Amino acid sequence: MSRAGDLDEADDAVRVRMVVNGRKTACDVAPRDTLVDCLRNQLELTGTHAGCEMGACGACLVQLDGRAVHACLMFAVQADGARIDTIEGLAESGVIADLQAEFHRRNALQCGFCTPGMLMTAHDLLSHDARPDRETIRDALSGNFCRCTGYEAIVDAIAAVAEARTTKASQPAEGSSS
Amino acid sequence: MKARAFSYFRARTIDEALDAAARSGDEARFIAGGQSLVPALALRLQAPRLLIDINHIDDLSGVTREGEWLRIGALTRHCQMLTEPLIAQFAPLLRAAAPYVAHPAIRNRGTLGGSVALADPASEFPAVVLALGAEMEIAGPAGRRRVGADEFFVDLFETALAPGELLVAVHVPLFRANQRIAFDELARRRGDYALVGCGMIATVEQDLIADIRVALFSVGNVPTRARSVEAALAGACLDADRIAAAQAALDGDLAPDDSDDVPAAMRLHLARVLLGRLLGSLLGRLGETA
Amino acid sequence: MSAPLTSLDRPNSYIGRAVPRPNAKRLLAGRGRYVTDIRLPRMLHAAFLRSSHAHARIISIDAEAARALPGVHLVATGPDLAKICTPWTGTLDHFKGMTSEPQLPLPLERVVWAGQAVVAVVAESRALAEDALELISVDYEELPAVVDLDAARQSGAERVNPAVGSNICFRAQLDSGGVDDAFASALHVIEQDFSFGRHTPVTLEPRAIIADYESESGMLTVHHATQTPYQFQDLYSRHYGIPEARVRVIAPDIGGSFGMKLHVYHEDMAVVGLSMLLGRPVKYVADRIESFVSDIHARDHQVKARMAVDAAGKILAMDVHDVTAIGAFSTYPRTSVVEGNQVIRLIGAPYDFKSYRAALEVVFQNKVQTSQYRAVGHPIACAVTERMVDLAAARVGLDPLAMRANNVIADDAYPTASPTGYKFEALSHQACLERLRRLMDYDALRAEQAELRRRGIHRGIGIATFVEITNPSPAFYGVGGARISSQDGATLSLTPSGEVRCAISVTEQGQGTEAIISQIVADQLGVAQEHVKILTGDTEVTPHGGATWACRGAGIGGETALQAARQLKANILEIAGLILQEQPAALDIVDGQVVGKATQKPRLSVAEIARISYFRSDTLPPGTQAQLTVSHHFAPQGYPFAFTNGIQGCYLEVDVDTGFVKLLKHYVVEDCGRIINPMLVDEQLRGGVVQGLGAALFEECRYGETGQLLNGSLADYLVPMAMEMPDIVIDHVETPTADTILGAKGCGEAGTAAASACVLNAVNDALTTFGASINAIPITPARVLKALNRY
Repeated sequence: MSRAGDLDEADDAVRVRMVVNGRKTACDVAPRDTLVDCLRNQLELTGTHAGCEMGACGACLVQLDGRAVHACLMFAVQADGARIDTIEGLAESGVIADLQAEFHRRNALQCGFCTPGMLMTAHDLLSHDARPDRETIRDALSGNFCRCTGYEAIVDAIAAVAEARTTKASQPAEGSSS
Repeated sequence: MKARAFSYFRARTIDEALDAAARSGDEARFIAGGQSLVPALALRLQAPRLLIDINHIDDLSGVTREGEWLRIGALTRHCQMLTEPLIAQFAPLLRAAAPYVAHPAIRNRGTLGGSVALADPASEFPAVVLALGAEMEIAGPAGRRRVGADEFFVDLFETALAPGELLVAVHVPLFRANQRIAFDELARRRGDYALVGCGMIATVEQDLIADIRVALFSVGNVPTRARSVEAALAGACLDADRIAAAQAALDGDLAPDDSDDVPAAMRLHLARVLLGRLLGSLLGRLGETA
Repeated sequence: MSAPLTSLDRPNSYIGRAVPRPNAKRLLAGRGRYVTDIRLPRMLHAAFLRSSHAHARIISIDAEAARALPGVHLVATGPDLAKICTPWTGTLDHFKGMTSEPQLPLPLERVVWAGQAVVAVVAESRALAEDALELISVDYEELPAVVDLDAARQSGAERVNPAVGSNICFRAQLDSGGVDDAFASALHVIEQDFSFGRHTPVTLEPRAIIADYESESGMLTVHHATQTPYQFQDLYSRHYGIPEARVRVIAPDIGGSFGMKLHVYHEDMAVVGLSMLLGRPVKYVADRIESFVSDIHARDHQVKARMAVDAAGKILAMDVHDVTAIGAFSTYPRTSVVEGNQVIRLIGAPYDFKSYRAALEVVFQNKVQTSQYRAVGHPIACAVTERMVDLAAARVGLDPLAMRANNVIADDAYPTASPTGYKFEALSHQACLERLRRLMDYDALRAEQAELRRRGIHRGIGIATFVEITNPSPAFYGVGGARISSQDGATLSLTPSGEVRCAISVTEQGQGTEAIISQIVADQLGVAQEHVKILTGDTEVTPHGGATWACRGAGIGGETALQAARQLKANILEIAGLILQEQPAALDIVDGQVVGKATQKPRLSVAEIARISYFRSDTLPPGTQAQLTVSHHFAPQGYPFAFTNGIQGCYLEVDVDTGFVKLLKHYVVEDCGRIINPMLVDEQLRGGVVQGLGAALFEECRYGETGQLLNGSLADYLVPMAMEMPDIVIDHVETPTADTILGAKGCGEAGTAAASACVLNAVNDALTTFGASINAIPITPARVLKALNRY
């Protein structure tokens, strides 16, 4: 990390250490490289997409220390020391398996370019609001652009997962002793 | 859309940040949430040589009660407006406005200080801060100072912050039981910049409006106090006639420009409609106990 | 009419079944592979300096500092690429008299719209390329820009191309005869002017291309986010003089396209040339700001319409004049006049009347090129027709649904033709209309509307009937001289382990092409869908074909797959017959097993036939040559187009103080013939409807007086988002086309075709009591408030 006021090293690579999808990761970036470019190019995590590079489309959402943020709206150097989870990590860990399955069953995606961002938003929403109504789901998705689906299938899928999780949570766990 | 090259410095203390800024003259920019700054850099509308990251300065975080004021650290994220109990209790207007600020992921990262310091005239929080009569705590080479909201917003994207100064916290007068708030905006899509928006806080005494502060946004170069409206309402009993009078008074407070898709007259009309609706909702809640 | 092709109770009966898309799981795991994701060894990155003027002469370009910047490999201007790329002209022979300037990747003398690429930089990163752009200075002599449509049409107007006499690209006229007489005799004549804003497709994945020219072998490989790889194989071959067999175009996962990704873009052509000049892979991804000023735009029509109606509300005649503004030239190779052409030919199409006259003027402007975008022309034709029908209904005193019931072509009147000459095989307007009435609970909705109106809540109900052009024959492009195929090809193989591999020329952009093709193949062969692998999007792998546009994937591609599968099945059963000593006709395949047709009892697995054929051919009778790969082509014959039809309804609320419109519910009844996968059809309709709703309320490319696009970013150009969109209720009528065995027609554009017309009618319906009338799209708060005289 540079010392204050070093203006001559703008093009020099900076070493950034992050925990990406649960793994300690180090990579060299220029200060001007955005997190989304770093994830996609350096770390080859191409599931995170760049759709507008100005925070308007939601295709680049990742989790930064557990909250969904736009990877196009921060520089990779800013993520030094942070925990980043991308679609690849959430998929591998299984935490969004039910969302993925329901999106698939309900055909809540077409071209798939918005889909990782949609799943990030859905995951963020359901981790803070277990039973969102359709209006709440649509509100949560208000920063995620999808040109293909018309959104309804996505809302359906998220609502169905919320319902299923709540039902599951309300049932006593099998084999639990009372 | 790739930013011009710059150097990066992560400040750990306010002094470190100020020191870095002082040493780089006009070439540095502070970055907090970055939700407006990063696109500006990507579009090369701005090209500082040094970016000073203030996200890791502990002294900029936290919400605390200080006497009759609530001190809200500049790094308080928009999403915390919705979850922080002290804000719910003592600054409910900020909480009321927060859901209208962009989208969830922007709110997870964007900061109150960043929004207020940028002073986008179409943003919610600068207007809310103005309505609340908040005071901005500023750190600079010459030490700390506090600037009232009425003096803070100077012109388009221009505030009382001098180059090299850092907004440290926003101080909000504690919300009282006899106060009522109202906030709404007219945006074409959820999270868009509003065509017009308005926040207000009224102090009620025996069903009369003892005092009211009304601020609008998306109506000009700066978030704007509707002083004629306030004068028309102060000391009055709120009723349909008084609301109509307040709406009429609004013409004296606002002078929006034509934009390519919203004529000035339309914006003024929408501001009157919105004001009327907010005062109508206030009217329904005057007798409530907080 | 809705009897399925095969019973869904039978194993492997996939046609008509709502199965999820097998290839979607990858996308849900972030494992999509889009062109934007691809990195090749030694790959460089291109960026383009763009014109700041809408019209100017290039005096000089100084790029020395850019060339000197470390990391920059090439700075190219118009002349550099003109040496290796032949020019192209966006005209087609069947549009008589149309004209357009020849185009090159980068301009030689003049820039003709703000945002046009002028200089290309190739560098080691996109950021470095952008650094270099800042070091280039272009000296321009500004020329008068043609921005206003009316001004552009005046004689003596400033011209987009100073070398020619006017700004007219194309004129066309239609006249069935009898129009003047019909108007003279009509009790009611309704007249209305309409205006339709400019839109742009805004695919979430921007345009992306990687050109990789290998000079040693003379081989060009292009990874291209396109719908139509074969079309581009042909174009790159011909314009860069590379033998067709040495051009390979690969279209991997595509992040949305909607017609936008099948046109020739200057940057894309340039990237091929840049790779040839450098002998290295060059990648270009348009950023969102570039997309707005270089992706095609669409719509931008001004229509004057008249309708003659008799005392009973019967439509007698229509007379329309459409003026449409395109860019500075006509887009290549599909032109910029198809939209206008379809507008004047589709107006009035659902209705039974004889007298029709139309004139079309297509006008050049110094703006971004326009061309085909989802539902080409349909939304304009539909909005004009349906608003006129509503205005007529009001004049006559009929309910809008009753007015339509009185005028649509009767379901028993087919085959018939529209007054504009479109031939209709079989449509179902009456059935759809009745279905919609029930689906909406129309009378109850009207009652609710009346009740709420008394309480000062202003809701509107809008109806729009439509037809949609699908399954185009060579009449669409081929007859005009374009090398755009209307046929498709498939190569189907039984693999040694008894699975099926189908390489087919229709392509996938998320609509589910691969899913429905695998459904059809599995269904027709009698194997499990998971044992059918579909390959698309690579000119080196599949036969040549039209690919995906104009709603042809299911109807033409699907029929190709069906016929190929039947051939392969016959070949498999021939071998089975030899092995089992049975007549092939007595055998069938069910669930991967050869069965006796009569008994349905398994006799031999398909896998066993594959094993024997591939590895133990010695056990087959002498002279037997098992043909377990078939290649098959299918070109549509019979009707020039397979028209579909349907009707949409919209329920919304207008805030008369703010001018805001809230969409409450949308309804669609659609007839796309045989439905292969109901879920995918419904999702095509929903996505299409929302694109139409965005057009109705939000989307518009706004230009300033000097020809600058004012809202060219995703923050300023308002696309429809989740919060503002309604739930959409869908029902179907199924009238298969008899032109194919499959009977499928297209469905991808039906939603967009009528949604904006529906909203226009619903908003006007809500405002009826105010005497306000809106006839412009998008319906912005400003337009609503203006109509209501609120400011």
